[in-house]
Amino acid sequence: MKLISAITRRLVIIVPYAWLLIFFLVPFLIVLKISFSEPVMSMPPYAPTIDLADGISGIFDAFRQFSFSNYLWLTEDSLYINAYISSIKIAFISTMLTLLIGFPLAYGMARAPSSLRPTLLMLVILPFWTSFLIRVYAWIGILKPEGLLNQALMAIGLIDDPLIILNTDTAVYIGIVYSYLPFMVLPLYAALEKMDYALIEAAQDLGCTPISAFWKITFPLAIPGIVAGCLLVFIPAVGEFVIPDLLGGSRTLMIGKTLWSEFFNNRDWPVSSAVAVLLLLILVVPIMFFQQMQAKSQESGR
Amino acid sequence: MKSLGSIRRSFEPWNDPNQRPYIAFENITKKFGDFVAVKDLTLHIFQREFFALLGGSGCGKSTLLRMLAGFENPTEGQILLDGENMSGVPPYKRPVNMMFQSYALFPHMSVEKNIAFGLKQDGMAKSEIDDRVNNMLKLVKLDQFGKRKPHQLSGGQRQRVALARSIAKRPKVLLLDEPLGALDKKLREETQFELMDLQQDLGLTFVVVTHDQEEAMTMADRIAVMDVGRIIQIGTPAEIYEAPKSEFVASFIGDINIFRGEVTAVKGGVVDIETPDGMVIRSETPHAHATGEKASFAIRPEKLRVSRTRPEGGINAASGEVWDIGYLGDMTVFHIKLKSGDVVKASLLNAVRTVEDPFSYDEEIWVSFAPDSGVVLSN
Repeated sequence: MKLISAITRRLVIIVPYAWLLIFFLVPFLIVLKISFSEPVMSMPPYAPTIDLADGISGIFDAFRQFSFSNYLWLTEDSLYINAYISSIKIAFISTMLTLLIGFPLAYGMARAPSSLRPTLLMLVILPFWTSFLIRVYAWIGILKPEGLLNQALMAIGLIDDPLIILNTDTAVYIGIVYSYLPFMVLPLYAALEKMDYALIEAAQDLGCTPISAFWKITFPLAIPGIVAGCLLVFIPAVGEFVIPDLLGGSRTLMIGKTLWSEFFNNRDWPVSSAVAVLLLLILVVPIMFFQQMQAKSQESGR
Repeated sequence: MKSLGSIRRSFEPWNDPNQRPYIAFENITKKFGDFVAVKDLTLHIFQREFFALLGGSGCGKSTLLRMLAGFENPTEGQILLDGENMSGVPPYKRPVNMMFQSYALFPHMSVEKNIAFGLKQDGMAKSEIDDRVNNMLKLVKLDQFGKRKPHQLSGGQRQRVALARSIAKRPKVLLLDEPLGALDKKLREETQFELMDLQQDLGLTFVVVTHDQEEAMTMADRIAVMDVGRIIQIGTPAEIYEAPKSEFVASFIGDINIFRGEVTAVKGGVVDIETPDGMVIRSETPHAHATGEKASFAIRPEKLRVSRTRPEGGINAASGEVWDIGYLGDMTVFHIKLKSGDVVKASLLNAVRTVEDPFSYDEEIWVSFAPDSGVVLSN
């Protein structure tokens, strides 16, 4: 009986792990394998291919043909390095902007009357009920030269000529900040909401002005939420493809877009696979950092 | 000399007309929207006093405390602290500190840092802060725990840290919001006496908010009993207990029997009240009465005498049957059902270990009392 219950208990964990293993790790290994291959004009457009019919020796043969040339290529052509740097820059600035907007929002929600909080929370999640793609398309309608924003600004006489926002980096920032704001607000709200307001009163009682009470109490206690929110925004923003493609201009350089054009326009699967693997490595560092922070905050108890 | 209760007081600045109140609430009204939390309340508290605000939830006691701390502003009236008008002074500039009900210890700081927080805020020198923090830790017997985080402490230890933090700045007034509410009974009783000793040693003025009458009675020099935003009665614990002015105060503090009846005679400050049971109560009264008027008389269970025979004189006595007996160890509580159906509680101190021929259930007995052992309540 004990054995059976131990097995079933394990099974509960094994099933999702097996799922993750199959649907995350196997595709990743395939991508990794392609990144070590050579592009060829055939179908599939890379060599060598592993044919399981050849048995173990076939796999060894394939391994011998693997090369790092695609990775070397990424370092030789400045396009890729620039795309990585530009992606990280855009993701970083967007994350900071999201934090700047998200923090007061989350703080306001956490301090709102408790009867109002579920509604406010619902409003933050509400955009998810519409397709992400449609929401980004909607921004084209808002930002384009004859769009809603320019019409409104010209109507109230603030500007005479339409602002050129669409197809610039500014539009990409707007798009990323808009799309990822909930991912920032929710962990921040979770961190701020469980904070006892008496702590702020205690700090003020002991001689803190409201501003210094914020920096000494609220901010340090919100750090786990800030870290979680920043990573939840930064990580997907680095690899973002849809937003720079729809809102950004031809000069907006982001790695997601580079990967897309490498894959579909150049049909260079090995290089685009290498781009993807390198992107993953770049993202693994912040993810590890995130997990360490999580562990640390759990260790300290609250 | 006769005095109320078993205490002779040497400290009673409230009876000295030359004493200036240290904290003065003058005609304070506080409204939250339509809700009136405190109604036109005036209260004077003196230096070095241990003052308790006692009342049920929503009676306005916490609001009063929070107004003194500066977290709320009075809608009308003003608060003076040591002669200084506190209106418009933010909490961080007031010479008062508060011990919060939830303790509100900063979870990301060690015990030492929690205690040092207010001192750092004042820009005190580091060496001085360290000395003060060590003193405070010794005072609350937590020398070994300075490096711990609040979540690594027990409830009682957290309470001590909160106390140390709130007195570290040597405030003029310490405010305590239900300071012992989260502790278990035994620890609470111990801590009550520790708080009293601490207040004596430091010479601070304490204002404590509590809903626990026992806590207020044990610790406070004076108690203000509050209800719906007003002070119903203010006095020493003995005054509140032995001479409650109204039924509310009488029944809020401790157990009490209330006899209702009709005034049959009034003579020179002595009134006769006849109850539906036919008992005649003769007692001194501070109030003016007219014959035929309704009146109520309150008497504590421990002041009732129980006997098998009818007491002499026949007044201040009623008969009934023993309905319930509760043996509490230090005393025995009798519930005696009168003919009218009213149940009277009488408690007898078990001063000796053995009793010959004790009272039993359903026995017909008499309860009686001395004329000055109860009070006539104002209507």
